[in-house]
Amino acid sequence: MISTDTDILRAAEEWSRSGRQVAVATVVETWGSAPRPVGSHLVIDAEGNFVGSVSGGCVEGAVVAEAADVIADGKARMLEFGVADETAWKVGLSCGGRIKVYVEPVRAEAAL
Amino acid sequence: MDLSVLATLNAEREARRATVLVTDITAGTQRLVKQDDIAADPLAEPLEKQLRMAKSGMVEAEGKAYFLTVQAPHPRVVVTGAVHISQAMAPMAKTLDLDLVIIDPRTAFATPERFPDVTLLPEWPEEAIPRIGLDGYTAFVALTHDPKIDDPGLDAALRSNCFYIGALGSRKTHGKRVERLTAAGFDQEAIGRIHAPIGLDIGAVSPAEIALSILAEIVNTLRGPRRKPI
Repeated sequence: MISTDTDILRAAEEWSRSGRQVAVATVVETWGSAPRPVGSHLVIDAEGNFVGSVSGGCVEGAVVAEAADVIADGKARMLEFGVADETAWKVGLSCGGRIKVYVEPVRAEAAL
Repeated sequence: MDLSVLATLNAEREARRATVLVTDITAGTQRLVKQDDIAADPLAEPLEKQLRMAKSGMVEAEGKAYFLTVQAPHPRVVVTGAVHISQAMAPMAKTLDLDLVIIDPRTAFATPERFPDVTLLPEWPEEAIPRIGLDGYTAFVALTHDPKIDDPGLDAALRSNCFYIGALGSRKTHGKRVERLTAAGFDQEAIGRIHAPIGLDIGAVSPAEIALSILAEIVNTLRGPRRKPI
């Protein structure tokens, strides 16, 4: 069972080593009642496979979609979700909180 | 995140050493700071503060916004006694994301059939513990009722900075244990670190309920109570 942040970051390393393109999403800020604590990770590959969680299900779909762009252009992004932020995102958190998620690519090096 | 940074971060965590990954979220630049290098880091103060709380978070420094990914060593529970209670503890500890190590030199008890998926060391504690080491992210639990097995474990735990020490047994049993530990040279303050009777007082009866009360006490010690009494 991959459920812990330990397992998730190990999965990120293993996926990247096996040649898959990988992005790591991290909850960096939360306001109000948010389902997953700051520091929670979601690891996503170019095919949209993912492990971990940043919200307990409410915004994973949007993060996975955005991760595809991060993998494609190699640029990190900051995403914000929440009921108070309807302009940027249509995906809300049912609990009424807000979260900021940082999505970054894992850059494999030739030496490894 | 460079794969090399991710690999170092995972390796340090497996070696039970803390790290903090510092990300400048505006520039997207990153560096990994190992536990021993924190004091010399320009961000030493916020790094130490976040590590003490074992909490990742945003910090502002020198007009920049950084995200600190804190990797504190994984909490671990070391138990003497391959007994009923530790059997019940095994799946619970796994669910709670606590690494469980069970030490018992009695090979009839310490069998893989009784303890699948658990780190099981069929050795005396005085052999096993120096090898695995006890640290500030370790809880030690004595469950055998046998001083020959429990006492060497408690001795090692009391000499370490384990965040939790607990010993099974009635008040009478513990009274005798206190006498032995006192004779071994431990003072009242040291012996006072031992949770005995062990576990939160939830009226536990069955082995599983006792396992629950012990793990609840360990989580309580690790995280600290949050709610104020009404």
